[in-house]
Amino acid sequence: MVIGLGHYLTVAAVLFTLGVFGIFINRKNVIVILMSIELILLAVNINMVAFSTHLNDIVGQIFAMLILTVAAAEAAIGLAILVVFFRNRGSIAVEDVNMMRG
Amino acid sequence: MSGATSEGAAFQRLELSMTVTAAFFYLFATITIASGFMVIASRNPVQSVLFLILAFVNAAGLFLLMGAEFLAMILVIVYVGAVAVLFLFVVMMLDVDFAALRQGFLQYLPIGGLIGLILLLELVLVVGTYTIDPGLVRSPQVPIPSADVMTNTEAIGQVLYTRYFYFFQAAGLILLVAMIGAIVLTLRERVGVRRQDISRQNARTQETAVEVRKVPFRQGI
Repeated sequence: MVIGLGHYLTVAAVLFTLGVFGIFINRKNVIVILMSIELILLAVNINMVAFSTHLNDIVGQIFAMLILTVAAAEAAIGLAILVVFFRNRGSIAVEDVNMMRG
Repeated sequence: MSGATSEGAAFQRLELSMTVTAAFFYLFATITIASGFMVIASRNPVQSVLFLILAFVNAAGLFLLMGAEFLAMILVIVYVGAVAVLFLFVVMMLDVDFAALRQGFLQYLPIGGLIGLILLLELVLVVGTYTIDPGLVRSPQVPIPSADVMTNTEAIGQVLYTRYFYFFQAAGLILLVAMIGAIVLTLRERVGVRRQDISRQNARTQETAVEVRKVPFRQGI
């Protein structure tokens, strides 16, 4: 029973699909949408590290770290926008977002 | 004779360690995927965040199995320690009626399921049929040194601070912009709140603060 690259890629593919699926079925709840984006980024990170170790090249791990940085920054900004939106409208339903234009 | 037995024992140990690795892989992978599913399917967002933490911890376990120890620890520290706790703060701080947000959950299920299924099918097709250019395996950009020469952390440091130094700086810049952006977005000037204004306090003199009046006799001010 040898665990190879394909096993890790399958896990990452399933996780990525779960993230995309979560964005679709939780159309109204922005917090869960942000969590789904985190899941997608985690799947990408698993892919990066799997290829890095399989190809014996450490550059993949460097870029996985950069993805981690961007994910953290994105979560911080997204949650800040969410807090401001909630303060202005008293709800976090995404369908109300188009009221903000103009 | 004794050499043959020790060789056999070593082989058995190798086989055992591979079985243990496989068992741990399936454990971590199953829990990661199951908790990833619970993140999007859970009714309560607080439970979603807790399942997200479980998914991250088990993904860190997968990283450990792959031999990326430093990234596994960074994943636990950054994601579980910072991002997930930030999510938890926001979920608990906002007084949101989450039951109302569940309305329309089934409405998007067919289209979401269809798109998810197509995506999964495509990804599985790609994973099932890829081949890797053998030239890539033979000539890596920066080969990973063997574990008994240098640790994973040391190897990453030797590449990150030299060859990818500008990327490192750019990552720091991104974090700075995110920090300033979050502060600017959430800072608000409330009216009616009295704050200490040190420059105004220091600018006050006896002439501006005290008014001397000559009070007329028997009339008051």
